[in-house]
Amino acid sequence: MARVVVDVMLKPEILDPQGQAVQRALPRLGFAGIADVRQGKRFELELEGPVDDAALARIREAAETFLANTVIEDFTVRVEEEGK
Amino acid sequence: MTTRVGVVTFPGSLDDRDAQRAVRLAGAEPVALWHRDKDLHQVDAVVLPGGFSYGDYLRCGAISRFSPVMATIIEQAKLGMPVLGICNGFQVLCESHLLPGALTRNDSLHFVCRDQKLRIENATTAWTTDYSAGQEIVVPLKNGEGRFVADAHVLDELEAEGRVVARYLDLNPNGSYRDIAGITNAAGNVVGLMPHPEHAVEPLTGPTTEGLGFFTSVLKQLVNA
Repeated sequence: MARVVVDVMLKPEILDPQGQAVQRALPRLGFAGIADVRQGKRFELELEGPVDDAALARIREAAETFLANTVIEDFTVRVEEEGK
Repeated sequence: MTTRVGVVTFPGSLDDRDAQRAVRLAGAEPVALWHRDKDLHQVDAVVLPGGFSYGDYLRCGAISRFSPVMATIIEQAKLGMPVLGICNGFQVLCESHLLPGALTRNDSLHFVCRDQKLRIENATTAWTTDYSAGQEIVVPLKNGEGRFVADAHVLDELEAEGRVVARYLDLNPNGSYRDIAGITNAAGNVVGLMPHPEHAVEPLTGPTTEGLGFFTSVLKQLVNA
């Protein structure tokens, strides 16, 4: 089965308080040198059929209307290699 | 004929009963609407109540927005039916694109629950005519994701068109841009509000009864229509 991954991230201009909280906790745990953290979502979609242009177009539509809220979030769609 | 105000119950709604009670105290007949039923049962207005519909999965309001009842509500709202979204209901209205912007995680990351002072900025919407512009009220507020955000252009447009319905006073509980607690659409029939007027309708249970005005306003609007 083919897998398509949709990554959703808050737009750069939108404050990410969860990412900030993670970033502040890192040095306390001994992980130094991390200047910034942004937290996002990853969706793994397993397709029943082949990953062709039509399938990818439908997934982009799903990402645009449902998986991401494009008022505050950006998304990327990519096909993951077979066998992973 | 009694005015019928629908209150939608989604899986995970919490404040539907309080909203129904507020509708009844205002003098209208509350009508329970179910998320899977497209039929609005001849209601004259709709309240989308607070809670955690669909467990807030994906994003608050993101799944509710595609429920069968919302398809009809979106259609009717565009034709002028009054719709009030409170808290989670406000999130549903933003996800439905009936209102601009989005509600995001509080800047403090804490769930906030307090009696909140507000200023009513627009007393001409379907839900606010029983207030006067500039009037200050206190109603409960309780949210984890109540921080209203929109891009600067949208915020300027909301301000210029008088579409900010209510603003937080004394303290901004969640980091909302420009202290915005509630907004309306261009027509003034759709209002989204993060605080909870339905919890401030009786002296026994509320900090005030100053929330009742939202429900009496829509009743007058419908009777006079």
